[in-house]
Amino acid sequence: MQHTLSVLVENKPGVLTRVTSLFARRGFNIDSLAVGVTEDLTLSRITMVVSAAETPLEQITKQLHKLVNVIKIQDLDPAEMVYRELVLIKVNAPPDRRHEVIEVTNVFRAKIIDVGKNSLTIEATGTVEKLAAMEDLLRAYGIKELARTGRIALARGSRERERRDHY
Amino acid sequence: MSERITGAEALVRGLVAEGVDIMFGYPGGVVLPIYDAIYDAEDIRHILVRHEQGAVHAADGYARVTGRPGVALVTSGPGATNTVTGIANAYMDSIPLVVFTGQVATSVIGTDAFQESDITGITLPITKHNYLVKDAKDLPEVIKEAFHIATTGRPGPVLIDVPVDVSKGEVDFVWPASVNLPGYKPTYRGHAKQIKQAANLIAKARKPLLYVGGGVIASGASKEIKELAELMQLPVTCTLMGKGAFPEDHHLSIGTPGMHGAKYTNYSITETDLLIGIGVRFDDRVTGKLAAFASKAKVIHIDIDPAEIGKNRPVDVPIVGDAKHIVAGLVAELRKTGAEPRTDAWMRAIDDWRSRFPLHYHKESETIMPQRVVERIDELTADRETIICTEVGQNQMWAMQFHKALKPRNWVSSGGLGTMGFGFPASIGAQAGRPDALVIDIAGDGSFQMVSQELTTAKIHNLPVKVVILNNGFLGMVRQWQELFYGKRYSESILPQDCPDFVKLAEAYGCFGVRAEKPEDVDQALQAAFAFDGPAIVDCRVEAEECVYPMVAPGGSIDEMLGGIPGCPVSEMLDDELLEEVWE
Repeated sequence: MQHTLSVLVENKPGVLTRVTSLFARRGFNIDSLAVGVTEDLTLSRITMVVSAAETPLEQITKQLHKLVNVIKIQDLDPAEMVYRELVLIKVNAPPDRRHEVIEVTNVFRAKIIDVGKNSLTIEATGTVEKLAAMEDLLRAYGIKELARTGRIALARGSRERERRDHY
Repeated sequence: MSERITGAEALVRGLVAEGVDIMFGYPGGVVLPIYDAIYDAEDIRHILVRHEQGAVHAADGYARVTGRPGVALVTSGPGATNTVTGIANAYMDSIPLVVFTGQVATSVIGTDAFQESDITGITLPITKHNYLVKDAKDLPEVIKEAFHIATTGRPGPVLIDVPVDVSKGEVDFVWPASVNLPGYKPTYRGHAKQIKQAANLIAKARKPLLYVGGGVIASGASKEIKELAELMQLPVTCTLMGKGAFPEDHHLSIGTPGMHGAKYTNYSITETDLLIGIGVRFDDRVTGKLAAFASKAKVIHIDIDPAEIGKNRPVDVPIVGDAKHIVAGLVAELRKTGAEPRTDAWMRAIDDWRSRFPLHYHKESETIMPQRVVERIDELTADRETIICTEVGQNQMWAMQFHKALKPRNWVSSGGLGTMGFGFPASIGAQAGRPDALVIDIAGDGSFQMVSQELTTAKIHNLPVKVVILNNGFLGMVRQWQELFYGKRYSESILPQDCPDFVKLAEAYGCFGVRAEKPEDVDQALQAAFAFDGPAIVDCRVEAEECVYPMVAPGGSIDEMLGGIPGCPVSEMLDDELLEEVWE
C-alpha cells in the first residue's frame, strides 16, 4: 500500500541524506520525494511517498523517529489529506496544431509558460491521476521534455494522524 | 562570562566539562592543534595506541566497565577510516562513545585533499548521530550535545568531525547549560497501564522466564531484576550482552541462551509460557529460527528503543522506557497486589534438565581443554575483582559458557558485530578505567594477532592486562563450521600454532610470556601471569579440534542442538505437574 509520509525535520545540512539513506539501508524504495522549508525557517518538510505494508512501515517510521534531526512524522490518511504534484511539459506544437495543444491545456486548467517556434511548455498542478491523463493526451503531439516534482501534501483542516507509539 | 580561546582549547575544555579523565588516540596532521592543546591538559590522561582501531575499542572497553562514555581522538583520512570497525562495534552493542576525527580545512573539503575522507558520510549508518563542525563557535554546543546523545536513551557512538581551521579558529567559550534537541526525547518512564498489565501476566504465569540483555547493564537495573526474580521466583537467562546483569551463581540463573546456549537454557525458552524480555533485541544468534522461538509464550518486551519492540517478534505487552524504572514499577505492582510465586514445578523441571543436560567436556583429556582453562581462570581469581574480556569465536563462546559472571560491568565481549581483535584493546581500555581490577582477555590465536601491536600500549602505559590465548592453531569457529557443514575442508582456517611464538612476542614488547602445554601446566602459568606486575601473555596450547557444543545449526530452532548428550527435550516433570491451562 502507498503511504504519504510528511516528515518535519531540522533545516540543517545533511538531514535529507540521513533520511533517504535510512530508507535505502532498510530496503525501502521511495516512490516520490519533495523537500522544502516550512513556515518556520529552521524546519523543513520532507514529503515522501513509499509503498510498504503496515508492519515494515511501522519499523521504518520508528527508525526514522530515532534520527536526532527528525521532529515529527505523519502518515497522512489519503481521505484526509490534500496533495499536489507539479509538472512542466514541453510539447511539440507546430503552428498548425498549436490550437489543439492550447485546448488540452485549458481543459486541464494548466498554464502555458513558454512559447517556442515549434513547441509549447505547459505548467500543470494536480493529483497524479489528473497529470497522468493530461500527459496521455499530450503524448499524441510528441512530448519533447518533461519534469515533475514529487508529491507535496498536508492534512486537511486540523485533522492529522500522527504515527506515534502509544505505549 | 566568556573567554576567547582556540577551537582546540575549547574542545579540551568541553571534555573536561564532561568529566572526561581518560581518552585514547593517535595524532596526525590535521589534529595537531588539538594535540597541542592536550599537551597542556593536566586533567586528562591520553593513552597513545598503536592503531586507531585500538583507540576506539579501548574507549569501548573503558565505557563498558565504567559506565562512562569512552572518548577517542584520531586524525583525518586513514585515521578516521581506521575507527570504522570500532564505531560499528559500539553501535551494534549500544556503547556510549564520543569519537573525534580531524578533518581537512573547510576551504578544501570536497576537493579530495590530502588525507581527506568523508567520515560523517561513512559513519552515517553506524553512529547514533554525527557532526561536521563548520565553525569554532559551534564546538561547545556540539560537544555538549554529543555527550548527551551518546549517553542517554539507548546509548551509542557519536562522531564529531573537526576541520583543522575550526580547531585553529577562535571561539568565545561558554559552556552551554543545557541541550536543545527538539527531535531527541527518549522515553524513560514506562506506561503505567502497560506495567500493570505485565505484572498481571507475571502473576498468572506458571512457566515464566526473564530474558535479560545488555539494556539492563546500560540501565543499571541489576538490583531491580534480582528483586523481581526473587519475588516471583523467575528463572533468568542473560544474553551474551547481558552477562553479569544477574549473578550466574544464583539458583534462578539458567545460563546464556542461543546458538551455543546450554540445552537446559534453550529448552526453558522453548517451553516457557511467558517470556519477559528486558533490554534485549531478539537477536538471531539468540532466537535461531524465529517461528520456533518461545513459540508457546506470551511476550512482554521492555526496551528504551521503541524500534526494537516488535522488530523481530510480535509482542503482547510492549513497554517503552528505562528498564530500571519499569522493573521497579513491576516489583511495586506485584507487591501491591500480593502476587505469590507459582514457579515451583517449573523450576524443578528446569533443574531436571540442568542435571540431565549440563554443559560438559572431556575432563580427563591429556591435552589442555579450553573449557578447563576458563574454569581455572574463574577459580584462581575468585578472591579478586576480575574483569573478563573476550575476543570473538570459540574462545568467546567457551568464556560465555564456563565463566560465571557475578556482577555487571565485569564482562566485555563484542556481541552484535562479532569483532575479532576487539578483546585485547578493550581490555586495555577496561584496565585504564578500572586500575584496581584484574583484567583478563580470553583470546584466540587468530583474534589476538589482529591487534597484537597494542602490547606496546599496555606496556608503555602500565596497564597490566593478562591475555590468555586458547591457542588451537586454527580459526577455531571457522574450522568448526567447516568440520560440521563443509566436509572438514579446512579452507584457509589453519594457523601455525607456533608462529608467532607468543612467549617471545610478549618478551619482545617487554611483557611477560608463559606457555602451558599440558593440563598440569595451566594453573602455574595462569598464576604466574596473574601475579606478574605488568602485561602478560599465557599461550595455552589447547585441544586443536575441539568444538563448541551444544550448537544450534544456523537457521535451526534452538531446541534442536548438535552435540552434547542426546535426550528428550521436554522434561517429564513438566507434563505431570503443569497440566492445567494457564491462560484461560
